[in-house]
Amino acid sequence: MSLAVVEGLTRRFDVSKPWLERVIGRQPKRSLTAVSDVSMTIEAGRTYALVGESGSGKSTIGRMVAGLLRPSEGEVRIDGEAVRAPRADVQMIFQDPYASLNPRWRVGDIVAEPARARGMEVEPGALLERVGLRAIDAQRYPHEFSGGQRQRIGVARALSSRPRLIVADEPTSALDVSVQAQVLNLMKDLQEETGIAFLLISHDLTVIRHMADVIGVLYLGRLVEEAAPATLFERPAHPYTAMLIDAAPKLDGFGREVPPPVGEIPDPIAPPPGCAYNPRCPLAIDLCRRERPALEPVGPGRAACHRAGEVRLEGVA
Amino acid sequence: MTDAPMLDVPPDAPVKPPSRWRRMVESDLWYAFRTSPVAIVAFAVSTLLILSAVFAPWVAPSNPFDPASLDLMNGFTPPMTPNDFTGATFPMGTDDQGRGVFSTILYGMRISLFVGFMAVAFAMVLGITLGLIAGWAGGVVDAVIMRVADIQLTFPSILVAMLIFGIAKGVIPVQNRDDMAIWVLIIAIGLSDWVQFARVVRGATMVESRKDYVSAARLAGRRGPSILFRHILPNVLSPVLVIATISLALAIIAEATLSFLGVGAPPTQPSLGTLIRIGQDYLFSGEWWILFFPAATLLMLALSVNLLGDWLRDALNPRLR
Amino acid sequence: MTPTLSIRDLTVDIPTRRGTLRVVDGVSWDIAAGEILGVVGESGAGKSMTGAAVMGLLDRPAHVSGGTVALKGEALDPNDEDAMRGVRGRGIGMVFQDPLTSLDPLMTIGDQLTETIRRHLPVGQGEARERAVRALEEVGIPAAADRLDAWPHEFSGGMRQRVVIALALCAEPDLVIADEPTTALDVSVQAQITALLKRLCRERGTAVMLITHDMGVIAETADRVAVLYAGRLAEIGPVRDVLTDPKHPYTQGLMGATPAASAGKGRLWQIPGAMPRAGSLPDGCAFHPRCGKAQDVCRRDPRPEVGRAHPRAACWFPVGEGAEATA
Repeated sequence: MSLAVVEGLTRRFDVSKPWLERVIGRQPKRSLTAVSDVSMTIEAGRTYALVGESGSGKSTIGRMVAGLLRPSEGEVRIDGEAVRAPRADVQMIFQDPYASLNPRWRVGDIVAEPARARGMEVEPGALLERVGLRAIDAQRYPHEFSGGQRQRIGVARALSSRPRLIVADEPTSALDVSVQAQVLNLMKDLQEETGIAFLLISHDLTVIRHMADVIGVLYLGRLVEEAAPATLFERPAHPYTAMLIDAAPKLDGFGREVPPPVGEIPDPIAPPPGCAYNPRCPLAIDLCRRERPALEPVGPGRAACHRAGEVRLEGVA
Repeated sequence: MTDAPMLDVPPDAPVKPPSRWRRMVESDLWYAFRTSPVAIVAFAVSTLLILSAVFAPWVAPSNPFDPASLDLMNGFTPPMTPNDFTGATFPMGTDDQGRGVFSTILYGMRISLFVGFMAVAFAMVLGITLGLIAGWAGGVVDAVIMRVADIQLTFPSILVAMLIFGIAKGVIPVQNRDDMAIWVLIIAIGLSDWVQFARVVRGATMVESRKDYVSAARLAGRRGPSILFRHILPNVLSPVLVIATISLALAIIAEATLSFLGVGAPPTQPSLGTLIRIGQDYLFSGEWWILFFPAATLLMLALSVNLLGDWLRDALNPRLR
Repeated sequence: MTPTLSIRDLTVDIPTRRGTLRVVDGVSWDIAAGEILGVVGESGAGKSMTGAAVMGLLDRPAHVSGGTVALKGEALDPNDEDAMRGVRGRGIGMVFQDPLTSLDPLMTIGDQLTETIRRHLPVGQGEARERAVRALEEVGIPAAADRLDAWPHEFSGGMRQRVVIALALCAEPDLVIADEPTTALDVSVQAQITALLKRLCRERGTAVMLITHDMGVIAETADRVAVLYAGRLAEIGPVRDVLTDPKHPYTQGLMGATPAASAGKGRLWQIPGAMPRAGSLPDGCAFHPRCGKAQDVCRRDPRPEVGRAHPRAACWFPVGEGAEATA
């Protein structure tokens, strides 16, 4: 059953200089399209993972799904109803376990806020115990906890208004490996227990592969491929996906020598014409420079590539 | 769920959260205070001065504004010397009307501190509110508030205060002037001082409002004002505390300056500045104590409060040292 | 042959008002010319402190309170700031996580390179410039000669890190210490930078101390790996042996906690509790409160050390070897 439907989601940001400076310098208004025309479906009780490098727009999509940011075009629908503001049933887990907890508030108040602000009954101690902390910790302040414990507090807060979808924006990238394992296990347990759906946003392919039921790959604000992990990691249909998989360091890749990828992510204010990946793509042909490929079914998934059938991985997965 | 979540608690963690008192004793601020002789002395001096001003009616040997307790014969008595006619001794001498300078200083300090505290409180409320709004709203609102602040800064604060004082003088009827003088003084000094509060709070608000705990509050369903006052305000207050302390010293001096210039506290309610103005008339006729003691008190008060503010700034921002 | 870097019982202390914190506690290892030693550990394990100590870049009041550091057999005094300034550049090159901290924003790339070259090598301005161009070409910066007059802010993050590597290598140091050199970079750029670092050091026979938290980067880049826990060396050995057949239970836990590409979708291994903070380490092995196989001997001093307890691991009961406890 689909829980959240994202359709034609687009978000532009005004990146012009301040008004006075712009007028004096006679500069035109400039805008950055962080997300263009993204459509996807998040199933209830499942984990949809968005992966991409910096500037891919993955966090912007997450904030629009959570209702923190208005789309410029398109919409996010939950139960057929467009999301226009934050909702009790969609909550978030943030990347930075330090900046995401108000240092002046007691943990109990932090955890209870999403429920209390909406007049719901809540027991902060029980929430804390559910994420592996103690009820008495509600009396403490955030600075008394380690990074991993803080992230658990963030999870407890996200649970307090009994959400059906949690947007987890890089929930473990500020954490050490062993602590990351604790948080990822906790997320899996909660999903099994309560049927919560996750929109997991990460740049880390190993985390994505471990957690996701469906993976969406973003490049420069567009969805370039979408597939289940098994398909995506075995037979990627987009050359960018293949590059990401090849470039990611492997735990068993002792002395592995792969030719490193070429180029860097282009300026998102002036993306290249045609397929945005064409300047870095080993398979690029003239068509790729002229015409942007649409996201179309390829095998069991979807991909936006003119040469989707010819993509090969360098290393053995 | 397969098994219970593992408790993520170090084995040696105390079960009870520390009390407010323990937190205070173990805090870095308390440690920084304990190890700074300057801070301790400045704190002791300013506390002593403030307390003796607050409890002036009990501390002062006489009430200098009670005509019944005054004896004109006591006029111009030098410090610690028995009066030629009455034989009375005054620790800091007396003025022309026979009031003990020590007592007038204690009562004068009350006025100075009252004006100082109220002016800073007024500047703080105004500055914090405008700073929060500017930092949160951004765009045009921000631009308007901050341009007003810029314009305000191009005038010396004494000039602003005198302007307001002049306007008030024109508006308020003569018979109420003395009663209103103190309040006009408070508004005048407060209005010339809000800008730095607004600037600091605006900057801190812009930083804080980008942090994820603010996004979390929005997700929780909170809206602008609630987020501003419940979430952001507590986090922008520590620089405000520093500015407030230093501002207090500046406000006391500003009050003294205005009173010295004759546009401040009236002679019926003399502040330290008024006392200094009165005292300077007698400096060249040899009655130095009438000027010296109020001036020395003003200096000690302003200096100790200022040193306290400086120390606080360093203690709260270890990186600035 | 004398190893390029040799550290023995290196100890770093930070005196605080609540007592002295020992953040690096008796760490020893050698790095041979042309060898890459990966140093892994979680935050607070002391890996960056170890690197900073060798470079003589500890922030006061942290200081080296014991042990020796020798570069090509010559003893260094990491607490002597003036002497260490001379060693950095010519003896030890540095690459940090944030390229902006290593580049002077007010100097052009070319000036920074030529200045470093001329400070350490006996060459004139013209030759220094030529070498600077070559250095930039080597790290793969296109149109190097034209970009000599560019400012650091005109480069992208990946290009900046290339410049930093050029800067670290231009005085031909014997040792490069790279502290999380790719952590701030995107996956595709990260792969470019590690490949570059690996190639340049191999070609020149430079010894590398690669500090990172990323086991994958270690696996692909390092020859040997040192695992730090709570300021102490937990395990050290050839990278393949340590990662595929860990002997220290902590290394084993770390590997189990890392979501691996090949592993299934089950639960990850959880090491219970958290790493103890410096200043509150337990007696004996620092890992024993979190270790499933801890015995009485683990809770008592003297603590196990690499070499004495096991040739590779600081553990009395190495994983998969004879004396396993049945608990």
